Amino acid sequence: MKALGIAYKNLKRKKIRTGLTIGGVAIAVAVLVSLLGFDAGYQRGLDNDIDKLGYHLLVTAKGCPYEAATLMLKGGGGLRYMNDDVYKQIINDPRIDKITPQLVASVYNQEGGEGRGTFALYMGIEKSYLELKPWSRFKSGGWFTNPDADEAIMGYEAAEVEQRSVGDKIFIPRQDKVLTVVGIFERTGTQDDGMIFIPLASAQRIFELPGKLTGIGIKLKNIQTIAQFEEDLYNVPGIQVVSLAQVRGTILNLVSSARVMASSVALIAIFIAIIGVTNTILMSVFERTREIGVMKALGASAIDIFKIIWFETILICFFGGAAGVALAFFGSNVVEQVIRHTLPYAPAGRLVFIRPSILGLSFVATLIMGLIAGTYPALRASLMKPIEAIRSGE
Amino acid sequence: MKECIIKAEKLTKIYALPAEKIQAVKDIDLEIYAGDFIAIMGPSGSGKTTLLDSLGCLGKITSGKLTVLGKDVSQANESRLVSLRRRFISFVFQDFLLIPTLTALENVELPLYFARTKQDRRQAVELLKKVGLGQRINHLPKELSGGEKQRVAIARALATSPKVLFADEPTGNLDTKSSQEIFDLFRKLGKEDNLTLVVTTHNPKLGLQADSIVYLKDGRIIPKEQSSLFQ
Repeated sequence: MKALGIAYKNLKRKKIRTGLTIGGVAIAVAVLVSLLGFDAGYQRGLDNDIDKLGYHLLVTAKGCPYEAATLMLKGGGGLRYMNDDVYKQIINDPRIDKITPQLVASVYNQEGGEGRGTFALYMGIEKSYLELKPWSRFKSGGWFTNPDADEAIMGYEAAEVEQRSVGDKIFIPRQDKVLTVVGIFERTGTQDDGMIFIPLASAQRIFELPGKLTGIGIKLKNIQTIAQFEEDLYNVPGIQVVSLAQVRGTILNLVSSARVMASSVALIAIFIAIIGVTNTILMSVFERTREIGVMKALGASAIDIFKIIWFETILICFFGGAAGVALAFFGSNVVEQVIRHTLPYAPAGRLVFIRPSILGLSFVATLIMGLIAGTYPALRASLMKPIEAIRSGE
Repeated sequence: MKECIIKAEKLTKIYALPAEKIQAVKDIDLEIYAGDFIAIMGPSGSGKTTLLDSLGCLGKITSGKLTVLGKDVSQANESRLVSLRRRFISFVFQDFLLIPTLTALENVELPLYFARTKQDRRQAVELLKKVGLGQRINHLPKELSGGEKQRVAIARALATSPKVLFADEPTGNLDTKSSQEIFDLFRKLGKEDNLTLVVTTHNPKLGLQADSIVYLKDGRIIPKEQSSLFQ
């Protein structure tokens, strides 16, 4: 017979009360784990999206930075154009490792009836685009036959949606243009999957935007030079430079209010759980005043009693923590769906990413919570005077 | 010459119970020797329980001197009293006060755990056999009768091989037959183990079975002749 055994048997005495308290702890822990998982998953997803852009900097026409961020990550949005002389001006900068010009155009396709049309995104690119995205592979077909050809390479999803394969034709409605599909990319898990790529010169011709670009992707030889490089481009009229760090910051800003709210909910849940545990144990201590007095008469020291009561709270938090961790782990798909629907921008990949370290950390945090919650009731019990405790019910 | 286990000189204890009833014993002079079987008798409110608690080191005394096993414990703090209770003193209560979640055997093992002694299950079983409960060691208190519960409480009190056992109205909740059985058990323990017994009781018939009787009235020891119990 050990303190832990005595504590465990006492918790079994009031099964419903113990169960409800464990449930409260479990819910608080599940919320905590889910939110930590979301935080980790979101940042990881975002970092992945940004890494897969392949560039450190994007030069765009002057405009709203949020718009630029959207443009970078979603490839759409309100499009502004700049002259390609900027490209010619900076292409020979010795600090640049790789550089690629892009022209994005979106075309509304009314097929499917009023209000049911879709946007198709076209991006004019040059071969240098592939150098910035070394992971891009052709699922079938290959590169354009010449830099001004009426040809298209389709992203994996675009090809799936349009049900096209190499050799098929695609039609650009407004421009009355027919393109031949010469290649289809493998899936990359990025926004490129939904894009239709055409040669830059063809894009400028077809969309009647001669000498125009929407962006220039730049990868520097040395990431340390980014600040100076940005500074140098700052004075070039009509353009702005958006760095990936900025985009990351912008997106994280957009979701920060959601994160703050979610963290508050987790904190409140944990606070309520602590109060719940303290209340349960305190109630059980008062109910057992005479038993505690008897134990003291039988030779239990204040520390013995403290230990028994403390073990009770730790057991509650142990089981609550385990249940909460399991709940969060197996319920992460549901949480993922809910969060994805409420966010302005959600990166590809898993949003709620529950690492073993998060599980471990939350579990340990729960046990610490138990220690805190149990301190007061355990102290109350340990300081009871044996005579008064034994005679209290007489 | 018998060893003096407990010696009280002008022992006084005053304290307020939660119900604001003041319980007190005043100027008690008493010597208890090894192997004695002493009954403390007196009407309700005469201070029997207070005296028992004080002699049993369950709390500090208010004034006077209390010597237990040759050591002055008048001003001892709680941790010293705990260590005394662990090694030398045991209690049995009127309403048994077994831990309801533990089996008879586990209840008996409990003082061994608190005393940090190796918990010898066989020894606990032997004790339960000794009090006549060898067949019910794995029963929970709620599955036992009043008399059986008190036997478990006595076995529990014997677990640490104490020098003195204090019993507060041990038969108060028992029928006549069970009461007599408990007192028979006390006598047997006193004889076989040289256990010192201090028992409070209302029941003159049982009290007379003790070696000597201490009569209390209004918190003071009175001569037998002044006691109303035998008039």
